[in-house]
Amino acid sequence: MLEVQDLHVYYGGIHALKGARLKVDRGQIVTLIGANGAGKSTTLRTIVGLVKARSGSIRFNGEDLSRLETHEIIKRGIAISPEGRRVFPNLTVLENLELGAYNQGHETFDRQRQWVYSLFPRLEEREKQLAGTLSGGEQQMLSVGRALMSRPQLLLLDEPSLGLAPLVVEEVFRIIQTINKEGATILLVEQNAMAALQVAHFAYVLETGRITLEGTGQTLLMDERVRSAYLGESTQSV
Amino acid sequence: MLSYCLPPWKGFQSVSGTIFFQQLINGMSLGSLYGLVAIGYTMVYGILRLINFAHGDLLMFAAYAAIYCVTLFSLPWTLSFPVAILMTGLMGIVLDRTAYKPLRNAPRISLLISAIGASFLLENLALVVLGGVPKAFPRPDVFDQVIELWGLRIQVLTIYTPVVTLALLAGLLFIVYKTKAGKAMRAASKDFETTRLMGINLDRIIALTFLLGSSLAAAGGIMWAMKYPQVNPFMGVFPGLKAFIAAVLGGIGNIVGAVIGGFLLGLGEILIVALLPELAQYRDAFAFVILILVLLFRPTGIMGEPLTDKV
Repeated sequence: MLEVQDLHVYYGGIHALKGARLKVDRGQIVTLIGANGAGKSTTLRTIVGLVKARSGSIRFNGEDLSRLETHEIIKRGIAISPEGRRVFPNLTVLENLELGAYNQGHETFDRQRQWVYSLFPRLEEREKQLAGTLSGGEQQMLSVGRALMSRPQLLLLDEPSLGLAPLVVEEVFRIIQTINKEGATILLVEQNAMAALQVAHFAYVLETGRITLEGTGQTLLMDERVRSAYLGESTQSV
Repeated sequence: MLSYCLPPWKGFQSVSGTIFFQQLINGMSLGSLYGLVAIGYTMVYGILRLINFAHGDLLMFAAYAAIYCVTLFSLPWTLSFPVAILMTGLMGIVLDRTAYKPLRNAPRISLLISAIGASFLLENLALVVLGGVPKAFPRPDVFDQVIELWGLRIQVLTIYTPVVTLALLAGLLFIVYKTKAGKAMRAASKDFETTRLMGINLDRIIALTFLLGSSLAAAGGIMWAMKYPQVNPFMGVFPGLKAFIAAVLGGIGNIVGAVIGGFLLGLGEILIVALLPELAQYRDAFAFVILILVLLFRPTGIMGEPLTDKV
């Protein structure tokens, strides 16, 4: 469904991605793990066209995305819950969801809203509240829910567990699995390697702009290098 | 203007009371014009964090557009005015595309300089193409009528102006708060990047902002030209500056604040003249004193939120 090959991205003089690649098949949860600054968010930002690649290709259902504008890429059926949640604080919860379904008709909007409310009942309770007044966990739910409103084929999640209490983190990952079971393909970027590998069908390890390891979630959980580099700290945080 | 300010003081015991009410109505009328123009400043600022200094010149553009619709194409005013408003709205989009869009990622000071340049360009282009001799604005007769209200003699234009302003404000608020595009506009005022991530074409939202703001400026410009029916290439400068002050006073970025700021500024100007006639010559200075005081003591204005820099 999504195929990224030999991606090179520069920020000014900094070579942020040095030939990153990954593949996401329909129905999967694929995770991209790695340390801070490895280029995980840059990879997602390049996929949605916020950052332009110097070279390499990004194909979605066979179509090259690299020349498209962000809003056109989103219209192709990709949605993203960006790093830091980025809900619109001056809009209500419902208005945030409406913008998530900006290019959808009324029917899709109503159907998706019901689904999102069933996943996150808290959002329905707070429908009329300004998003800026929600707690961090609620904002994260809104950010994911908003991304689901367009009924995306592919959902990109950038650090959904960042800054959340352990109990909320568990809930977020449970919901990621639920969303996947209900048909969404997910590309998950995480620092919380332990939790991400447990839910992922396939995983990539990104180090300073390169993919250094790949394998099924279970394989990487067992891998010595992954265990020492990424699981040492994060096991305690789960 | 003074001719219809002189009331036949019947129905009121005190002369000053009548004059006071007369001036109150004049002040509201002037203030609503400031408010109408201030909305455009505040909307563009809300999205681009730019003071669109060419905004005032759109008043002039609208006034000339209306004149030529009436004189060259002999259209009735009921058609000329909407056409002029639409043309000015499109002119706002052209202004954005040519002067601001190429600088979207440039430092804000470049935008500001570009805005000042665009303003001078419009004024001097009008001077070259249309000439510096003031043109008379063909004020439709319906606005000339004088009605008696509670013993006051008031030109109907003075009444229509605030009514039109409030109607347009209501329409605008509906668009901004109830429609999808309006919600996208409010989202864009906080976060460009995430707005684009919703699949929203940001350029279109910015164009819509300019269209709406410039159309309202056009409505203001036409009413201004009916109030002071001498149209010249620099007619937009002072109302533009005053409206900018009104927008700052109301809290820049806030639409309702812009209208409130406009009303307060207009009322203040007129009442100072009415109550302290010896200060009449300082009427324009009053507005700038207000600007300085607001910037010194409450830079966020009456309804403004604390200033936050966009990410």
